[in-house]
Amino acid sequence: MEDDILQGFLEESWENLNQLDSDIVAFEKDTENDDLLASVFRTIHTIKGTCGFIGLTRIGSVSHATENVLGKMRDRSIERTTDGISLVLEGIDGIKELMQGLEANGEEPNVDHQELIRNLEQVAEGKDASQFTGNASQQEAQATAQAGTQKTTEAGIDTATLMTDSGDVDFDELDKAINEAAARHREKLEKQEKQEKEEAQSPNAAPAGEKQAEKAVAKKTAPVEADAQPSKKKTVADLSIRVNVNVLDRLMNLVGELVLARNQLIQLSRDDEESRYSAPITHLDRVTSDLQEGVMKTRMQPIGNAWSKLPRLVRDLARITEKQIELEMDGADTELDRTVLDAIKDPLTHMVRNSADHGVETTAERLAAGKTEKGTIHLDAYHEGGHVIICIEDDGAGINAERVLNKALTNGLVSEADAANLSDYDIHQFIFHPGLSTAEKVSSVSGRGVGMDVVRTEIERIGGTVDLLSKEGQGTTVRIKIPLTLAIISALVVKAGDQSFAIPQLGVVELVRLAADQRSRIERIHDKQVFRLRDRLLPLVELTDVLQIEPSSEEKDSDVNIVVVQVGEEQFGLVVDEVFDTEEIVVKPVGLLMKDIAIYQGTTILGDGRVIMILDVTGIASDFSALSATSVNRDAHTEDEKKNAQENTSLLVFDAGNETMMAVPLALVSRLEEFSRDKIEQSSNGPIIQYRDCLLSLQSISGSFDSSQTAPQPVIVFSDGQKSMGLMVDGINDVVEEHLTIQVQSNRPGVLGTAVIDGKATEVIDTQHYVEQTDPEWFQNKGTSHLRVLIVNTSNFFRQMLTTSLRAEKFQTQDVEIASDALSLLENDSKFDAIIVDFDDDAEDLTQWVHSQKQTSGIPVIGLCSRLTPPIQQRADESGCNVLLEKLDISALSREIQSLCNQREWNQGVSA
Amino acid sequence: MIATSQKAEQYVSFWVDGQLLGVPVSAVQEVLNTQEIARTPRSKPEIAGLLNLRGQIVTAVDLRMSLGLPPLEEEKSSMNVVLRFRGESFSLLVDEVGDVFDVSKESILPVPRTLDAHWLKVTTGVVRQEGRLFIILDVATVLGLPAS
Repeated sequence: MEDDILQGFLEESWENLNQLDSDIVAFEKDTENDDLLASVFRTIHTIKGTCGFIGLTRIGSVSHATENVLGKMRDRSIERTTDGISLVLEGIDGIKELMQGLEANGEEPNVDHQELIRNLEQVAEGKDASQFTGNASQQEAQATAQAGTQKTTEAGIDTATLMTDSGDVDFDELDKAINEAAARHREKLEKQEKQEKEEAQSPNAAPAGEKQAEKAVAKKTAPVEADAQPSKKKTVADLSIRVNVNVLDRLMNLVGELVLARNQLIQLSRDDEESRYSAPITHLDRVTSDLQEGVMKTRMQPIGNAWSKLPRLVRDLARITEKQIELEMDGADTELDRTVLDAIKDPLTHMVRNSADHGVETTAERLAAGKTEKGTIHLDAYHEGGHVIICIEDDGAGINAERVLNKALTNGLVSEADAANLSDYDIHQFIFHPGLSTAEKVSSVSGRGVGMDVVRTEIERIGGTVDLLSKEGQGTTVRIKIPLTLAIISALVVKAGDQSFAIPQLGVVELVRLAADQRSRIERIHDKQVFRLRDRLLPLVELTDVLQIEPSSEEKDSDVNIVVVQVGEEQFGLVVDEVFDTEEIVVKPVGLLMKDIAIYQGTTILGDGRVIMILDVTGIASDFSALSATSVNRDAHTEDEKKNAQENTSLLVFDAGNETMMAVPLALVSRLEEFSRDKIEQSSNGPIIQYRDCLLSLQSISGSFDSSQTAPQPVIVFSDGQKSMGLMVDGINDVVEEHLTIQVQSNRPGVLGTAVIDGKATEVIDTQHYVEQTDPEWFQNKGTSHLRVLIVNTSNFFRQMLTTSLRAEKFQTQDVEIASDALSLLENDSKFDAIIVDFDDDAEDLTQWVHSQKQTSGIPVIGLCSRLTPPIQQRADESGCNVLLEKLDISALSREIQSLCNQREWNQGVSA
Repeated sequence: MIATSQKAEQYVSFWVDGQLLGVPVSAVQEVLNTQEIARTPRSKPEIAGLLNLRGQIVTAVDLRMSLGLPPLEEEKSSMNVVLRFRGESFSLLVDEVGDVFDVSKESILPVPRTLDAHWLKVTTGVVRQEGRLFIILDVATVLGLPAS
């Protein structure tokens, strides 16, 4: 059998069969739609006809039997049942199977479809189809599943040759191919035109006279209009022609070479501005760019092509798993480069299968959970920036974090200790680890856990990213982001160690140049270099280090060039010797001998003929991943802390929910705990938990307690030795040392005010408020001390903190802001047992006054300061201060107060 | 030159450190003088770099490196034997390019086990030719790729 004819038959039939799947699934949902049924019938009919003509008897028999059933359904001689349709689908699968064999071996395979044909015949005679589809659905789905995984050979895309066949093109061959295709197309159009003309003219028997002419015209237009309907349908098909994929690829290569040549010319003409070549070169430049754009378009295909098999797949999966699943697809016309499309076909199929198999629950489960009977898998594709975004969203059960975590622990992916600190999002990321399938049994539908890791690898191989978001009970969304084009990209050319390299523009965020005298802005943390860029700390890496080549011999006095690149969510800076221009470059593959080197993603030839490597920033990032931005930031903190040890307060920063951060002075915190939510009980006074043989009252910072979450509940415990209360927060962040000033006072209960902590505006909480909420009598003196302490401090925050702290120590307190207020107060009421002043301010006057006044002279004055230095000590001593303490050790302060008061009592006792 | 016999194949020969080596002519795309080679940091030591051959990017393999031989003296530069393998072009850096000659199948002797390990790996056979040993290389192995 002639190859051409066979090829032609296969190409056309595959295309039709794919459309068929979607049509039948749609028809199943809308069995009254005669048009769909007619379309399906026509396709099978055509295949049957062609088979008979070419001599493909097996395919012919199966097609014939299938066509029969369809025909009877069309006539309504038999009913349009789901089982009947399933059997028809089986018939189509049989045809596909035969065609695959035909394609592979050049002749029909020796497969027996007798039973299938018999079943189809019986159904055509009116027998109930359900008896034939029992076992079949399993096979069906398997077939679909298999069909789903095989690499597309239909369109004849051979990615291997695409990548390596960058050689010479026989221009004559190319020319011939294009001409032939065009000629064939023209012929077809001419034939059609002729047909239409004939049909239009036939009712128009030659008339004489105007009236008749008018009539004739009318008659002419009428049939033309009548024909217009069907020919409208034809026109869309007419606007496109079939071109062999290899021809297009060669075209693409040629254009690539043209771009290189143009770049060379531009380079040359740059040096010579007045040259008479400038104008033609500018023109050539424009034309080349347009040509490039045009040819790129030929490589673009709508993503719908990758989705075409999915409706059938979902239908079959739904049947086997006995669930109800609806597949919605938006943005099917979003266009992608063909090689990209090829690469994502399998990952997409896998993810849809995942959603159907593991995501969407059974009807019973859904109803029990208060959801609709039908689960939905929603595919969405759209363009964004230089990328295509594809989202696969289901409203199923979401990822069971506990199961995944257990699996991860079993597989040793994480230690028990670390596991406790993982957020749900972190746990979900384990899904991407190879071998981690939480499916109870290996289902024939989704297979073993070879899934998501392969998906991620495939997507990343073409320069994309995969992200996973899931909420247990609600559903899962997978978001894929891929670059629009692969072959010609914008790249920044840089120099490192006497060699030039290209960095794809897509990964470059910005360029920073530091003058030689600003080198000091680059700091070192644990031997790694970092640079403070506005509000972030950017890890720096020398490109010469990445390449493991000698740094260039340049002086330490030259400028520093930093290329800030982004990989996923993290940024880092590449230090290079020089930054040149951004250029359009043709990406050529690295070649067999270097494809495993992660830092390179391709090679290119510059305008001057030099070959340079194209760097892969993702590869570079994973190369030095030991240094991640987050750890650098953390380390930077310790450095900052050491530097600013003066006048600092230790603050505990925590997540108060709704993405707000709050802080509380560490001095007030007794303990940090994490409780499992199911141990938290509700009492009439609010949540409580049994804790170390007593009951701990709990309060939520956000006002509500979510007991449905599975992650442990972080709690900040305040206590005074015997009584404790726990503040439930969303998460404990960090301890920072800050020079604390409350910038903005607050009237909100529970909040002292807002301070700048770690560069961010953070609310500082009033622990007193929360503690009182739990037990309003907390601060009532039921204990030992009745000592009254006067706190004098200009810092509202500090005053408040002292108040809270001392009250927790069972002192009675009063506080004033400024010395004059203290004076007034003491004049009226001198029955204080101690006065606390601040020697960071001017406390001398007040201290001296206290000691000079008769009624207050015995009152011990305790001074506080940030750092005890001799000068301050001297000031304190000279003013008559009893003791000077560093801020802020509450227990030490408390002890001093106690001890000074005891002493006073003793003295008074003695003197009395 | 060996007289042409019925089952003879042609080989392109070249010199590396005084040793005569060769590959079947069918594998050879062309032979070039010294070319400018762009270095490729982090690649295997025997990869000398890349060269631009009329717009095509060709990976250059330094045979002296692959075979564990000392590098070429400073003043001298290598010639290129460009091979076509699995749809891609590679260049073998050699000291000098020799003649093309016929070798009959019968005259190819099995590889002597006394050969150095480096050589054993890449040799498919040897020929006694005009009093000297002519070593036939296996293209895949000499490029460092899995055997064809």
